Amino acid sequence: MKPFAYVKPADVEAALRAVATEPGAKFLGGGTNLVDLMREGVERPDTVIDVTGLPLDAVDDLPDGGLRIGALVRNSVLAADPRIRARYPMLSQALLAGASPQLRNMATVGGNLLQRTRCAYFYDAAAACNKREPGAGCDALDGFTRGHAVLGVSGSCIAAHPSDMCVALAALDAVVEVRSVRGDRRIPIGEFHLLPGDTPQNETALAPDELITAVELPALPVAARSRYRKVRDRASYAFALVSVAAALEVRDGAVAGVRLALGGVGAKPWRARAAEEALLGGAADEAAFRRAAEAELAAATVRPGNAFKTALATATIAATLRELAREEDAG
Amino acid sequence: MSGGTDPQQADGPGGPRDHARPAADRGSHRNGVLLASGVTSNSGRTVLPELRMKVNGSPESLDVEPWAGLLDTLRDKLGLTGPKKGCEQGACGACTVLVDGVRIVSCLALAVQYDGREITTVEGADHPLREAFVRHDGLQCGYCTPGQICSAIGMLSEYAAGMPSSVAAEGLTDDEIRERMSGNLCRCGAYNGILDAIADVAARDAR
Ligand SMILES: Cc1cc2nc3c(=O)[nH]c(=O)nc-3n(C[C@H](O)[C@H](O)[C@H](O)COP(=O)(O)OP(=O)(O)OC[C@H]3O[C@@H](n4cnc5c(N)ncnc54)[C@H](O)[C@@H]3O)c2cc1C
Ligand code: SF4
Ligand code: FES
Ligand code: FES
Repeated sequence: MKPFAYVKPADVEAALRAVATEPGAKFLGGGTNLVDLMREGVERPDTVIDVTGLPLDAVDDLPDGGLRIGALVRNSVLAADPRIRARYPMLSQALLAGASPQLRNMATVGGNLLQRTRCAYFYDAAAACNKREPGAGCDALDGFTRGHAVLGVSGSCIAAHPSDMCVALAALDAVVEVRSVRGDRRIPIGEFHLLPGDTPQNETALAPDELITAVELPALPVAARSRYRKVRDRASYAFALVSVAAALEVRDGAVAGVRLALGGVGAKPWRARAAEEALLGGAADEAAFRRAAEAELAAATVRPGNAFKTALATATIAATLRELAREEDAG
Repeated sequence: MSGGTDPQQADGPGGPRDHARPAADRGSHRNGVLLASGVTSNSGRTVLPELRMKVNGSPESLDVEPWAGLLDTLRDKLGLTGPKKGCEQGACGACTVLVDGVRIVSCLALAVQYDGREITTVEGADHPLREAFVRHDGLQCGYCTPGQICSAIGMLSEYAAGMPSSVAAEGLTDDEIRERMSGNLCRCGAYNGILDAIADVAARDAR
């Protein structure tokens, strides 16, 4: 690992000053992604600013029934929060579907938002990767693409966004609160992660000197009946091939409210707006669920190694909606 | 294990055992923050302070570089070779230790992140699980075992504290144990014995 200076500020202001003035500084949350990438030589910060001493680890109720989650809340603690489990079960389930219990005990909400792709060529210094080295080319395009994305990809990069948590946040219209010495900003989750286009090295709307302070979940009654379903190569402890975060409200046999987002298939956490539009107001039956899923996947750009994902995503979306509709019937 | 509520362990009576090399002058003081987790000395220079941790009950004082991993520090500086380096990527669980009773993978941890904390490795984990692993043949080569045992100890206290899992069963069923232990791989495939050992201890706990 390349040597670096380590600082552990006790308050947010000191952390912001440090990142604004130290060239090549990076924040450190749980370290489960950054330390890994530093060891691989992919990340090479000169200064590491450990933010885990900052007082940003509370989950607070908002007046409208929403929640404000501090950026340093650990993934395991968030998944266990009774308010999350009752009001936004898909988020608790998404967190519990990610990584391992040990990693969830370490990982923070801020770090999870910024975790980088698991594309094997991105990790491999000997491979060509536009994300790691702009202009170098992309070995994944003609490589092993089982884990790669089919939606939002470009000719420069087909990496999938790896986070489970972020898929639920996309479905829930979360807002990311960030702060720098220049002031505060609120970034809607849909604008937080960027599509690769010609510049896959630019992954988020966050500036290098901005600290994530919190994530806000707006009140969303439909989310009380929601779930997260993850399909992967083994039963646990693997990244998603396809995942679905869904919330559904059925009134008189018709879809009165729906939220749908996908993981494993998108270059960023994928809000399935085409499918939502197709569903809203229509029948809540199997045929409609499949048609909506197909509408979303129509935009897929596949390679031989990941072409199976369109059928898998379609089936998983339909199955997840069917389960939710059945729950509604059961009351 | 959220940052603001982590209990910080003070040194016990007798003071820290000293594994430190003579404190080298390193880092600098800029912009009002301390670099290299340093403290400003009387001469105005920043010296790297010792890292203080309680490890398996004894206070330790260590001189480590910021980039030293917690796993390497435990193994190489403290001679605690229970925690194993399997993958060094967070993927196998062989390096699992307990920090203030919470299980983590020490291979993705920097030692400096755990200043002031209490670390327990299998050597210090005085728990019926150790004996249960032997009784139930919860191992073949034994390489994953220290991580399995520390992980299982952490798992049982998570379960007792009401932490959910994606299995969401009633009670600590075999499926629950498998899911909650899924962060620990065993290349020998001793999973049946591992499961039996944990289920046995959990059942005794429940009585
Ligand atoms: C073996 C393995 C399996 C995994 N499996 C899954 C999985 O199945 N699903 C899944 O979703 N994830 C998985 N993960 C990834 C894991 O969820 C992430 O590594 C974790 O969420 C990152 O959080 P952290 O706090 O450790 O981040 P860190 O590693 O500390 O930081 C990650 C990035 O975020 C930045 N950062 C951290 N906090 C802030 C902040 N407050 N403001 C600004 N920047 C910040 C850092 O500078 C860094 O760039 C897996 C990881 C491993 C190692
Ligand atoms: S898919 Fe993206 S991350 Fe992977 S090698 Fe290509 S450019 Fe790099
Ligand atoms: S060595 Fe730490 S998880 Fe494998
Ligand atoms: S006993 Fe050999 S790896 Fe588990």
